[in-house]
This record gives sequence, structure tokens and C-alpha cells, in this order.
Amino acid sequence: MSGWPILSAITFLPLLGAGAIVLFARGSKEAVAGNARWIALVTTIVAFALSLVIWARFDGHTAAFQFVERADWLAPGIGYHMGVDGISMLFIVLTAGLMPFCILASWESIEDRVAEYMIAFLALETLMIGVFCALDLVLFYLFFEGGLIPMFLIIGVWGGKRRVYASFKFFLYTLLGSVLMLLAILAMYYVAGTTDIVTLLHYHFDAKLQAFLWLAFFASFAVKLPMWPVHTWLPDAHVEAPTAGSVILAGILLKMGGYGFLRFSLPMFASASVTFTPLVFALSVIAIIYTSLVALAQDDMKKLIAYSSVAHMGFVTMGLFTLTQQGLDGGIFQMLSHGVISGALFLCVGVVYDRMHTREITAYGGLVNRMPLYAACFMVFSLANVGLPGTGGFIGEFMTMLGTFAVNTWVAIFAATGVILSAAYALYLYRRIVFGELVKPALRTIQDLSLREVAILAPLVALTIAMGVYPKPVFDVTSVSVANLIAEHQTALAIDHAPKFAARGLNP
Amino acid sequence: MTLQSDLMVLLPELLVAAGAMVLLIGGVTGGDRTTGIVSWLAVALLAIAGCLVFARSAPATAFGGAFVVDGFARFAKILILAGSALCIVMANEFFGLERRQRFELPVLMLLATLGMMLMVSASSFIALYMGLELQSLALYVLAAFNRDSARSTEAGLKYFVLGALSSGMLLYGISLIYGFTGSTEFAVIARATAGGGANLGLIFGLVFLVAVLAFKVGAVPFHMWTPDVYEGSPTPVTAFFITAVKVAAFALFIRAIVAPFPGMMHQWQQIVVVVSMLSTILGAVAAIGQTNIKRLLAYSSIGHAGYALLGLAAGTQLGIQGMLVYLAYYLLTNLGMFACVSAMRRDGEPVEDIRQLAGLSRTQPWFAFAMGALTLSLAGLPPLAGIFAKLYVFGAAIQAHLYVPAIVNIVASVAGAFYYLRILQIMYFDDQVRGFDRGIGGGTHAIMWGTSFVSMFFVVVPAPLILLAGSAAHALFP
Repeated sequence: MSGWPILSAITFLPLLGAGAIVLFARGSKEAVAGNARWIALVTTIVAFALSLVIWARFDGHTAAFQFVERADWLAPGIGYHMGVDGISMLFIVLTAGLMPFCILASWESIEDRVAEYMIAFLALETLMIGVFCALDLVLFYLFFEGGLIPMFLIIGVWGGKRRVYASFKFFLYTLLGSVLMLLAILAMYYVAGTTDIVTLLHYHFDAKLQAFLWLAFFASFAVKLPMWPVHTWLPDAHVEAPTAGSVILAGILLKMGGYGFLRFSLPMFASASVTFTPLVFALSVIAIIYTSLVALAQDDMKKLIAYSSVAHMGFVTMGLFTLTQQGLDGGIFQMLSHGVISGALFLCVGVVYDRMHTREITAYGGLVNRMPLYAACFMVFSLANVGLPGTGGFIGEFMTMLGTFAVNTWVAIFAATGVILSAAYALYLYRRIVFGELVKPALRTIQDLSLREVAILAPLVALTIAMGVYPKPVFDVTSVSVANLIAEHQTALAIDHAPKFAARGLNP
Repeated sequence: MTLQSDLMVLLPELLVAAGAMVLLIGGVTGGDRTTGIVSWLAVALLAIAGCLVFARSAPATAFGGAFVVDGFARFAKILILAGSALCIVMANEFFGLERRQRFELPVLMLLATLGMMLMVSASSFIALYMGLELQSLALYVLAAFNRDSARSTEAGLKYFVLGALSSGMLLYGISLIYGFTGSTEFAVIARATAGGGANLGLIFGLVFLVAVLAFKVGAVPFHMWTPDVYEGSPTPVTAFFITAVKVAAFALFIRAIVAPFPGMMHQWQQIVVVVSMLSTILGAVAAIGQTNIKRLLAYSSIGHAGYALLGLAAGTQLGIQGMLVYLAYYLLTNLGMFACVSAMRRDGEPVEDIRQLAGLSRTQPWFAFAMGALTLSLAGLPPLAGIFAKLYVFGAAIQAHLYVPAIVNIVASVAGAFYYLRILQIMYFDDQVRGFDRGIGGGTHAIMWGTSFVSMFFVVVPAPLILLAGSAAHALFP
């Protein structure tokens, strides 16, 4: 396609920005902080522009990988291989798109060790984009796992009161899941002779081995996504992380789990995926209902949104494992829209947290009286979180349920109750914070959104509504790749089942 | 073969031996004032020996097959020589700051290095024993080098008593093996045991041998001496123990098991697998409660012994290759770590409590960054060098169908990540205490920076080291 390595460029550009901060942010403490902020902002905006270039030049009519780059690296069969298809491309745009908002959101709220903070975020961006570009399992693992280190530092250094506990829990939980995946990757290497993802997508693993490999990958992605019951690290991490950290956590890091299911579990371990589908459905439904109920009982804003994230990710896993066009398209769309909406919700929490330095819901009330602009933005995101038609949240939930209904009616019915519960907790939160009389004395002088905050929230409002009204650009990118994934999944299943039926003398 | 050609094969060792004697005489004549010169000359000597080792590419044997120079020996010797040379640099600066330099230290380190070079090249048990004892005797003295410190003398005495016990066990094992195979030469024993027809006496001999080797690498359940000795010895000596000496012991472990007993793999594999799992678990769990950095790194090295032995447990060329990659990484990272530890000094006094690292990221951000990178590399987190070493040993284990040990070890590595992260937590999250002294010596600084730099950027060009280790491992599997 293109002559120059655009994927490597967008992946390592943030790292260059981090290097620039090390080199050029000098002088007094204020000068260092100022330089670091501007360098980080410019870098992330350039990266975002690059991601839009990728989108513009992306060919939606083919399921093949595009912008492919290859180089020798570790050993025969383990190389530096990058490329994107319709499944991964939009996640790069999402990552690159959220980053400038994160930098802007930290503009004033981070005052201590600004240069280090920006370096950590830029390093994190490199690792996150790398996850979605990598077409080699070892390379993927490096990016996937490497992202833990900057996030650990972001939570631990700039986090809240229980930051040490939260950062350790986040790190060790995710690490434990990931190391099992590492063993599975090694096993795949010795069976298939390569860790090249494109080759492995067409490689057929033995059915028994598939089950073990699937479980090992599942351990990693289920923790990352997170699925019930291994979600308990998420509320802690969200509550303690600084605002921008929460945005990245909810917006991108969780999506890596879903992306992993899409990229590895479903196409590579086709029959194991079918075997374990009931397990995934059960866990998804529990996640949707149980964590929605838990969200109702929270009195910390961030914790409530964190639990709602777990519930929304339940829709994603449910949709993905239906293996229908609607379910998969919907799952991907749900991840993208949730990335925008939950990110925006955390930014909204950040806005009032910066003013009042508390996340207790009871400390607020009646904000609409002094912050009408804020109330409007927050309402859009709350309703999008509920899945109101006309917002981005609706499309994903609707399509995943559509896909599920075709496969398993009961699962779809239970999931639908989750939508009602999500309306309950989201509106309840909104009412307690925004509506009512403004009686708390501390809130009497609270200021409405500043220009910087409007600049952050307004584009996200527009995007949330645009995604709900006109989702076609997203499906234009994903649908061919998704259709291809389903077709290949069917082929793989046929290979697995053919000899079994033949042996038993049955006709499939 | 003539004596002359035999001696040519042994040239690097002869050079080190002669150089050690000359430096000893020079030191005795000149007194402790000459320590600086003696140290640098010793480093130069090791560098020349390294070049000689590197230059000899053709495999050769000497003294009727008792001594062999092959790709494996070369790889191990280069690691040992590099580790020793850097430890001498660190020791010179460390004791220089305390004004307690003694010229015996570099000379003893040279002699220990000579022993290590001999033992990794040994191709018969007698040659092996000679090399091992030469190394051990020098090490006992080094452990007690701080003569006025109770901890140091205790370390030396403990090491000596337990080391002597292990030597006795080794001799007993060798005599059993000799009795049941009729030879002490690896090649002859390999032929005698090729059919796998193991009798009880031979197995007893093998078990004694493996126990002693496990003692030397500090693997569970023969690890008891390591925390005490590593904590009590002066910091540069501990660095020497944990880097060069450990690498030599691992190379010896590989050589003394793989060369004579390829036919009895089924017997020794069981032991190595269990030792490996126990070491990683104990290393991970026991280090959690430590507050002394040297003791913590001692437990960390027990854990690393477990991972490295996983490669040996696979018993394949790939496993040995993985293990050699692991040793190179282990040597490098621990050298850097100990450069950091010897830079932990406040008001001229060494600091060993990890809580004193609190807030280092504010007082000395670059120091904290280098130490943090090395710590994460020790924890085996990508994209630092440690993950590649782990990748290879675990890959070999998976290929050899050792699924349970691989899973146990990798889960233990998560538990182990906890205490490495705690170092990071103390440096980055906690409130600051006073910073450390500056001006800890250029060599120590260079080692700290060089190793952390390599740890960070190994990911860019990992292939050369892996290929070198591959050809070295090939020497054992002709």
C-alpha cells in the first residue's frame, strides 16, 4: 500500500515525544512542566492526525491486513510484523483520539512531576497502539504486557489515597492472567513453528490442545476486559487512578481484552470457542446483571462508572461469542462507543473532582443551578451510557442483543434486563449529582466549565451523538473483516467436526 | 599431543595464573598503596584473557581429554571474565571510598576466576574438582574479607564449613561414579551409561553430584547458606558471588550433568525439575519479607536459579541455549543491581535497608530510573531484557512437555514480581528521605548505566546473543 512504515511511525512517535521531553524540558520547575505539557499535546495530536490518515487510506473492501511491515527480529518464525485490518484499525484511531483529551484533562490537575507524568502517558500510548498493530504473538505480548508498567506508575505516583494497594492489585492481577497466555504462545510456537498471527489464523490446532490454549488466552483477556468474577481490580484501579488514567483504563486498556478475543480466541481456536460459549454467555449475563446491581449501591462516582464498565463489557463478550455478523459488529461498536462514553464520563467526574476534591456522590447535588453547561454534557454521556437511541451506546447494545437473540433467547432476555438496570443506576447518579436544590455550602461558589474543559467535552458530545446517528463509517471498516472471520470460523469448525462424524458414521 | 600444544590450549588460564602471581608479588612489595594499580592491572589481565578465549574458535582438548575448550566453555568463560573484571572495578571503588583497600582482594578474585575457568572447561571429574576447590578456597577468604566485621567473618566461616561439607559429598559422589563406571572422564562415563542401564550405586553417585551442584548454584533445598553469606560479605564480594561465581556454577552444573550422563537423563531430570520448582517458589515467597537489599537479592538469585534450571531440566539443546541466554541476562542485570547497591551510601556509610530508597525518584531521578529498569528486568517484565531470557527457558520446558513445572514457575514469577515492584514502589511512590552520597566512582556509575541501557534496549537487537548461546549449546550436543 504505502511506501513508508506508517504503523511503526504512529506506534513509536509517542516514544519520540517522550524522548523529546527528556531532552528539551529543562529549566525551572514551571518551565519543565510547561514544556512537557506542550510537547505531549503536540505529539498526541500528530499521532491522532496520523491515525486519521490511516483511516482515510484504509481499504474497507478487503479482509486482508494492510500497511504491512516485516523485519527479522528474534528468531526464525518470530519477527517484527505489523499490520491492521478492519478489526484492529479503529482501535488505533480510538487510542490516538483519546490521548490528546487525556493530556488536556491533566493540564492543570497534575502539578507534581509533570514531565514524568507526560513521559509515562506517551510510553503508554506507544505500547497501546503497538498492541493493536502487532501481527506477531511475541510482539503482541511485549506490547500487551509492557503497558502494565506505565499504568502501574500512573496509578501509584499520581493516584489517590489507596494508590499503592490499587496499583499492586492492578499489576499482579493482570500479570497473573497474562503469564499463562505467554506459556500458550510458546506452546503454539512449538506446534506451529511460528508466532506470526497471519499464519496462525489459518493454522489448525488439534482440538484437545485448542481447549488448553483457549483457556490460557481466556485467563489473560478475561482479567483484562474484565469479566465477572475477575473484575475486582478494576473498581480499585479506577478509583485511585488520576482522571486521565481512568480514561485510558476504561477507554483503551479494557478493549485490549475484547480485541484479544476477536483476534486470537475466536479465529484461532474455533471449536474450543464453541465449546466454551456457554461459559462466556453465563459470565457475561452475570456481569451484566450483578455488576449493574452493584453499581446501584455505590456512593463513589468513579466506582459506579467502573462497575457500569464491567456490565458494558458483558455485552461485548456476549456479542462476540454469538459469532454472528450483528453480534461481532455490535461488540466492536460497543467497545468503540464505550471507549468514548466511559472516557467522557470519567472526564466529567474529573471536572467536579478538580473543584471539590471528593468523589462522594453525597457531597454533590443541584449542580445544574450553577453549572448548566456541565449538566448538559454530563446528561448526554449518562444517557449514552444507558443506551438511549440516538447515542453511540444504543447501537452497540442493540446489535449485540440482536445477535444474541438469534443464538440464545434466554441470554438475550437476561441481558435486556441489564439495560433497564443501567438506566436505573445512571439516572440515579445523575439525579443525585445534578438535580435538586443546591444546598451544600461548599458548592455555592462552584464554577461552570472553563474554556479548556469545554474544548475537551464538546467534541466528545458531538462524537457520541454522531456515533448514534450515523454509525455507517464504523461498519464500513469492520463488516468485511468480521464476515471473513465468521466464514473462516465456519471452515475451521467443519475441519474439526468432519472426521469425528465420519468416525461415528453420522452425517453432519 | 605434546606438552607444548597442551599448554597452548590452556593459554588464557596460564596467563591469569601467572598474572595473579606477579600481581601478588607486586602487592606484597608495594603494600596496600598499590591496590589501585593492582586492580586495574588485574582488569587488564582479565580483558586480555577474554580476548584470547574469544580468539580461539576451534574446539580443542588437552591433557588426555581432561580439559576441553569448546563453544560452551568459551561462552561461559567470557561471561565469567567480564563479570570478574567488572566486580574488581566495583570493589576497587567501593573500598577506595572507605579507605580500606587491600591488594589481596583483586589477587584473590583473579585466583577464583582461574578456578572458574578451569572448572567450566573440565572434562573429567578430577579436573573439575581441582578447579572447583581453587575457586572455593579463594571465595571463603573473600567472604570474610572484612576481618573486623562480625557479619563478614561469620559469612566466611559458614561458607567454609558448608563448602567443605559439599566438597566431601562431591568426592564421595565421584568415587561412587568412578566405582560403577570405571572412569572419571566424562566421555568414558557417557559411553558407560549410554544405554540408560542405571544401577543403584551409580544413581547414588549421581544424586550426590547433583546435590553438590545444587548447593553451588544456591538452589533449594541446598540454599541455606546463600542469604547469610550474601548479606554478610562486603557488597562487591557479594556482587562477585552472585554474578561471576553463580554463572560459573551454572556452567559447571550443565557440563557435569549433560556431558557424562546423557543416557541417564530420565534420572537426573526428575531431581532438576523438583529443585527448579522449589527454588522459584521459595525465592518468590521468602524475598517478600526482606528489608535488607542484599538479602533480598540473595533470595531473588535463588528464584533465578530455579528459572535457569528449568532450561537444564528440559535436557535439550534448546534448553541449554535458553539457560545460557538466561545466564548472560542474569549476570548483566545483577552486575547493574549491585552497582546500584554499592552506590547506596549515606555520609560515607553503606546503606542496605530498602526503606532508605524512599523517594529516590525525587532526590536522584536518574539513579532511580536506572535501578528501576534493572529491577523490572529482574522481574522479567517486557519490554526489558528479562522477558527474553524467560521466553527461552520456558519455551524449552514447553517443548520438552514439562507443562507442570512451567506453570508452577511462571505463577511463582508473578508472586516474585511483588517484591520487585515493592522496590519500585519505595523509590517512586513513597515520601522521600535524604538522598544518597554522590561521587561513588566512575566505574560503578558506568556499570550501572551500561547494564540498565542494555536491559532497556536489548529488545531492539536480541538475535546476536541468542545465536551465540545457540552455537555454544550446540557444543554439548554434537
